[in-house]
Amino acid sequence: MTIYLPIAELSVNIFIILGMGAAVGFLSGMFGVGGGFLITPLLIFYNIPPVVAVATGANQVVASSISGAITHFRRGTLDVKLGTVLLVGGLSGATLGIWIFSLLRAIGQLDLFISLLYVVFLGTVGGLMLLESVNAMRRAARNEPPAPRKPGHQHWVHRLPLKVRFKKSKIYLSVIPIVALGFSIGILTSIMGVGGGFIMVPAMIYLLRIPTNVVVGTSLFQIIFVTAYTTIVQAATNFSVDIVLAFILMVAGVIGAQYGVRVGQRLRGEQLRALLGLLVLAVGLRLAIALVVTPVDVYSVVMGAGY
Amino acid sequence: MRLLASLVVFLCLLPAAAGAQWLPGQATEAVREGLEIGTSTSEIAITSDFHGADLTIFGALSNTDQLLLAIGQYDVVVVLEGPREDATVRRKERVFGIWVNTRSMTFETVPHSYSMSSSRMIDDVTTPLELTDQGIGIDHIPLTPVGFVGDGSNLGEFRQAFRRLQQLGGLYERDPSGVRFVSSNLFKASLRLPANIPNGVHTVRAYLFKSGIFVTEKSLPLRVIKTGIEQMITDAAHEQPILYGCFSVLLAVITGWGASLIFRKD
Repeated sequence: MTIYLPIAELSVNIFIILGMGAAVGFLSGMFGVGGGFLITPLLIFYNIPPVVAVATGANQVVASSISGAITHFRRGTLDVKLGTVLLVGGLSGATLGIWIFSLLRAIGQLDLFISLLYVVFLGTVGGLMLLESVNAMRRAARNEPPAPRKPGHQHWVHRLPLKVRFKKSKIYLSVIPIVALGFSIGILTSIMGVGGGFIMVPAMIYLLRIPTNVVVGTSLFQIIFVTAYTTIVQAATNFSVDIVLAFILMVAGVIGAQYGVRVGQRLRGEQLRALLGLLVLAVGLRLAIALVVTPVDVYSVVMGAGY
Repeated sequence: MRLLASLVVFLCLLPAAAGAQWLPGQATEAVREGLEIGTSTSEIAITSDFHGADLTIFGALSNTDQLLLAIGQYDVVVVLEGPREDATVRRKERVFGIWVNTRSMTFETVPHSYSMSSSRMIDDVTTPLELTDQGIGIDHIPLTPVGFVGDGSNLGEFRQAFRRLQQLGGLYERDPSGVRFVSSNLFKASLRLPANIPNGVHTVRAYLFKSGIFVTEKSLPLRVIKTGIEQMITDAAHEQPILYGCFSVLLAVITGWGASLIFRKD
């Protein structure tokens, strides 16, 4: 059964889109990630124009992050104050990101830039994840205790001015690195159509030393608002949010996530991370190949003024 | 059939014509031929399950030379021209192993779609010069680059690529047998509307040629309006973009929240 996507302007098989949404939802439930960094490349592989894939991906992340954020809010593992500071950076970053996005689109380098960013980020994050989880599995096999963290190490981040006390997170931290982190993730959200949790969570834990229990909930809180903002601004400037595509992905995604969570609870942490690392690397590799292989046609046509 | 009939007529008239030293085309110098066309509708509503269609156009010739008509010296070319827009063609090149869009060229106000029907192959109807003058045919649509194009050495390849890609995408089409004479003065033309036909005011143009020389043309506007839920969404996305964006977010919030309510473990 085919369905016409009004903004992407092409007919697609609804079952493929449903399957894509359900599969990514399943994985996002299993690994506790938003799934935007998988949805957008998959849509591009399925010939959805990257402009539409990115904007629609951001819209889909709103739905997939909301139920997680609600759960964390109920459990009290969401620091609203910390989230708001992140959000200040996130919204300004997203605004700059949209501006870069439109500029790249105008000069015809958007598709290339999106692919390159994905190759770099997926390659780095996937590689690190795989390395770390393989090391953890080796240690477990040899019955060694996990490598101890360097205690009492005075991080440069903690010497910055403008310190604020975040009661829920039980930390006293400068707002500068928090805003900066939110800002960089915001740029990525609008250019790549991702929530950015896969970068934000490790950065909050290892760079800002925020307690692990509030990290996921707080990052989800900021992701919801930044992706919602990005969706609206993308719709207003690039007219590229496909609501039909987004809705199919959302519905399949939230259902898939429920089953993913159940499977994820039965698997061990390092196995889970190794699997996710492999998957992320595979998607990155597929995009890298597409950049290098000789295209079918070296010419392309864009109708309409302005770009 | 028509060809055979015209051949018979031509052979019958040949001795008489030769005897009277009368040359075809002479008698029509005084009266110019007329051309009238009509479509069944001036507006086409396209539903969401549209997969392309044929549009029929009827036309009549007047003040024709019966002899020339009989031997098939009149040719009709009918074109459905889409709304005009600027078109940008980009070319990829390998830079450090990666394929990058390096050069581009923008052509001024070219038709978004172009569907042409004729009574025979367009190149047999008249000379390339005449086609270029009138801008008739996929290969003769004027493609004027915007701005500075350097020495213009690659103008040809960009023009060629544009025409090729538009044909590949089904937006530019030609049918050399789409125009048929139903009687001596009446013709019927069928034009292909591609599945991805753009919205807006299209123009139906008919051109009349006599012995390879352009005589006259007629044009009619044709509004193409897409209908259905998909079109409503497209219109909303372009006319009320902020509201549309807010609605997309609202839909996501409801879906996400709804899922957390439905699957809540109590």
